[in-house]
Amino acid sequence: MTNHTTHMKTKGYLLLALACLSSAALAAPETFDFKDPKGVNNTTFKLDAPLEALSGNATGISGTVTFDPAAPAATTGKIVVASSSMHVGNPMQQQHMLSDKWMDAAKFPDISFEVKELKNVKTTGDVTTADITGTFTLKGISKEITAPVKFTYLKDKLSQRVPNQKGDLLIIRSTFNIKRSDFGIMPGQMEEKVSDTIELTLSIAGASPQ
Amino acid sequence: MRKSLLRAVAAILIVAAAGMWLAAGANRGWSKTSVPVKRTDEVTGLTVDDYQKRFVPGIDFLGAALLGSGILAGASFLLRANQPQT
Repeated sequence: MTNHTTHMKTKGYLLLALACLSSAALAAPETFDFKDPKGVNNTTFKLDAPLEALSGNATGISGTVTFDPAAPAATTGKIVVASSSMHVGNPMQQQHMLSDKWMDAAKFPDISFEVKELKNVKTTGDVTTADITGTFTLKGISKEITAPVKFTYLKDKLSQRVPNQKGDLLIIRSTFNIKRSDFGIMPGQMEEKVSDTIELTLSIAGASPQ
Repeated sequence: MRKSLLRAVAAILIVAAAGMWLAAGANRGWSKTSVPVKRTDEVTGLTVDDYQKRFVPGIDFLGAALLGSGILAGASFLLRANQPQT
């Protein structure tokens, strides 16, 4: 009888420990890698000057974000965009854009955003919206900016993108404006043709394999 | 004879350039050598513009054709008129 009680107790503890472990695993923050094998991750840029409009995109995205669907406010991470991956349709504009006068892609190969904190966090189902504050670095100049962000957490969806790989996906979308003059890109010059305000739209998906 | 030929070439050049420009969508920006083609990922719903190599003439193309045509037409006025055979 005593043996049977001890056995039952041990079984109970084991079950409890398993339950704790599995719930901990569910709630644990996950690290998502944003180097996309499908080449879909991108950021678009739009400039609308009085005399000329310019738009293009950049697809050289990398970086990691640690996201916990149970505690999205604790999100951390850094996203990097390779300046050399910026593309516009006109070859001369492309050459000028990457030159030392404008982006100086050779000297400043990375554009980055590092998360500091999230505010106004709201979660509905798989979607979390927030105001994200972080350090935005462009052409070697870092500024703190705040932008609206939308996270979509897709549990167990990695295998649908990458066959034979189990895991989760995190989609990040954000649209915000910066001023090129704040980052030393030809401040106060040619604003009638190259707008000072640049609209950036980030659309990226990260994978967390298990 | 040479005058007429130059004027005809000038006219053909500007008509052909304008036709190409209109046929390519009358792009009022600069000429492009690549154009964005949208691609959507089914799982994430993200859309990316893939740039494919294609020439789209812009106003610079039209301007160059107009200039070339003007030079040809102008040159035709500088040519001497055919001397009557004696």
